[in-house]
Amino acid sequence: MSTDTRQLFSRGASLMALAIPFILSAGMALAQVEGQPAPGGVGLPATVTDVGHETQFFYNGILLPVITFIAISVLGLLLYVSWRFNENANPVPSKLTHHTGLEIVWTLVPILILVFISVPSFRLLTKQVEIPEAKVTIKVTGNQWYWSYKYPEDQGGGFGFDQLMKADADLEPGDVRLLSVDNEAVVPVNEVVKLQITAADVIHSFVIPAFSIRMDAVPGRLNETWFRAEKEGLYYGQCSKICGKDHAFMPSAIRVVSREKYEEWLAEAKKKYASAETPVKLAASEAAR
Amino acid sequence: MASSAAGAHDHPKGLRRFLFSTNHKDIGTLYLILAVIGGLVGMLMSVAIRAELMHPGISVFPGLAQMLYGADPSMATDAGKNLYNVFITAHGVLMIFFMVMPALMGGFANWFVPIMIGAPDMAFPRLNNISFWFLAVSLILLVMSMFVEGAPGMMGFGGGWVFYPPLSSNIGHPGPAMDFVILSLHLAGASSILGSINFITTIFNMRAPGMTLHKMPLFAWAMLVTAFLLVLTLPVLAGAITMLLTDRNFGTMFYDPAGGGDPLLFQHLFWFFGHPEVYVLILPAFGLISHIVSTFSKKPVFGYLGMAYAMVCIGFLGCIVWAHHMYTVGLSLNAQRYFVFATMVIAVPTGIKIFSWIATMWGGSISFRAPMIWAIGFIFVFTMGGVTGVVLANASVDRQLHETYYVVAHFHYTMSLGAVFGVFAGFYYWFPKMTGYLYNETLSKLHFLVLFVGVNLTFFPQHFLGLAGMPRRYIDYPDAFSSWNYLSSLGAFIGAFSMVVFFYTVIEAFVKKRYAGYNPWGSGATTLEWTLPSPPPFHQFETLPRITGAEHQ
Repeated sequence: MSTDTRQLFSRGASLMALAIPFILSAGMALAQVEGQPAPGGVGLPATVTDVGHETQFFYNGILLPVITFIAISVLGLLLYVSWRFNENANPVPSKLTHHTGLEIVWTLVPILILVFISVPSFRLLTKQVEIPEAKVTIKVTGNQWYWSYKYPEDQGGGFGFDQLMKADADLEPGDVRLLSVDNEAVVPVNEVVKLQITAADVIHSFVIPAFSIRMDAVPGRLNETWFRAEKEGLYYGQCSKICGKDHAFMPSAIRVVSREKYEEWLAEAKKKYASAETPVKLAASEAAR
Repeated sequence: MASSAAGAHDHPKGLRRFLFSTNHKDIGTLYLILAVIGGLVGMLMSVAIRAELMHPGISVFPGLAQMLYGADPSMATDAGKNLYNVFITAHGVLMIFFMVMPALMGGFANWFVPIMIGAPDMAFPRLNNISFWFLAVSLILLVMSMFVEGAPGMMGFGGGWVFYPPLSSNIGHPGPAMDFVILSLHLAGASSILGSINFITTIFNMRAPGMTLHKMPLFAWAMLVTAFLLVLTLPVLAGAITMLLTDRNFGTMFYDPAGGGDPLLFQHLFWFFGHPEVYVLILPAFGLISHIVSTFSKKPVFGYLGMAYAMVCIGFLGCIVWAHHMYTVGLSLNAQRYFVFATMVIAVPTGIKIFSWIATMWGGSISFRAPMIWAIGFIFVFTMGGVTGVVLANASVDRQLHETYYVVAHFHYTMSLGAVFGVFAGFYYWFPKMTGYLYNETLSKLHFLVLFVGVNLTFFPQHFLGLAGMPRRYIDYPDAFSSWNYLSSLGAFIGAFSMVVFFYTVIEAFVKKRYAGYNPWGSGATTLEWTLPSPPPFHQFETLPRITGAEHQ
């Protein structure tokens, strides 16, 4: 190879190497309406919860570098042996079939890597599953094919409503096809919100990627999960357990607002959904008796 | 005299030869043909799925529903949405039970386990026959299920290959489609159990004199572990779907909370089978990749015992990690911790296998014939699928990625790329032995290149889709996901085109008739099948071979 072409190659390679982060970050920068997927995104979506930040650190900071390193090492080894030990380069094969030291190393090193991964993994897992004291509790029920929400009486609620996807014809400017809903659920910012999740017919799964929460809605079970959103905004999710024909058409949407706005919404919603309520009211009336 | 009498009536011709066959090689051929049919239909379904997902919106399936069922145009959109779910379900079931399993276990193992261990045939030849025909009937039942009512007013069962109730019970699919699927699975399960009993008995009792278990070829080891996995776990699936059947038809409430049942019981039972099942799909490929790497490096397998016991270890661990498919169902913290831990441990024996393959190549004199190219491709794509498996093993991250395209990418890297590359590697490796003819090297390498580019283009972008949160089993998606979906679909079409190259390669080999001889691979091919003519005689080893030394590993 002449020096010219070699220079060209190395210049091209360094250009590529420089370009990659830009391409990646461009993909991410295009994005950022938090709470909904970014066009052409290549990584985890922007997150607004503590658990989400820790998940992203764990994935982007630990898992992704480790698995990239392993995959590239294996690829590199394969290419190296293919080049070094092809039959032209190495016509006489060795008879080496055992090397105890080597075998111990490639057993122990993966174990150490796994131990290294497991520490943050278990810490995050505990954080996700152990639910802190919550002032806001919402019951979410999966139905074919919509979500319904109930806000308990003792927290200023006492109403429930269904959340259905907006049909294409009803979309207004600013809405997102397949994600926008008729009735958004509303929660206060910076407060622990506990979700109690179940299903009325078949299994569904309630997911908000920006909160890093995912919990199956199983008939006959009341599953619990939690989040504390740090930023106001509108956050979408989509049903994530196959539930029949319209599985792809039952999004969920949670709007995070300030405490004051939340109180206002509660008062309004109480009136708005007064006609459409069921067991919560029954329980309340029973308590009144 | 006995042998001449056997020779007189033991070589039937035509229909009798195949319909009533008790010959392991003929039955293996039948299995391979079934695998081609199952794989072709499953692949066409995946092409339809990717065509639908190429652009946002629903475009392909309503028309397909009108074509298949004559659905009324006013109902076409709903029928299309349902048909999409039916397709993803059937694609999964077909590829698992009617492509990879019949190819690796029914086809290659029937053909080569008896030969490799120096046996004249399988232990129970008639059982072998019924195993195959059960599977053929099972396929017919599965296809029939697509043409009877499932969900109210809809055709077929569209609940994913996992069949979770209540979607698969009377609540989600009251029609008989699911009953057809259950019976189909019962038959496929019985077929595999009988086949596995046959393999275990054959391997334990019919090894040639001198072939101890620790001298047995790794492919036979792989099949031994696979057979044990199937015998241990398929009855659990059979029990689970039988309870589903009685829930559906006889008023029991095993999975219905209204009667004290629990839908999660089914998930535990299903995955107790389902997780070992994915190792059933990949272990045979592990075995044959070892042979191919060793053959074309002209070196014995590095760390033979480690390789064999790594498979045993993977098989054992595979049975105790099932709930990592269920991190989000509401498991307790301690249960999740246990399954994270157990799942991550599997990476260790898997790593041993990857490194041992590379060490087998190290110091070798590698000839890059087509099977070796496929095998190297296998090692790389399986590593890619393996490392994302380590990511998903962590319940904490799985919370973000479960049921997204990240999972789809992960298991297609291990299965659609891993197991399928294993199937093709084995196919080209043994094609000369099975048919007596050499395939065309250039064509089979072209096949590899097209499929490798195609499937990587299909599945690599799906990691990005999954990270961004696109759920799987979706017929339509928000517009933000469109660019990667478009690329992924292009990749799928390229991958599908590789099948044209594949069939052309096979036909060309039969037309050109380049005779292979006993051993086309040279000094590296040391297992017993290469001591026989190609194709082997109808009955081989009338005088049993004697194994001395370690040369047949």
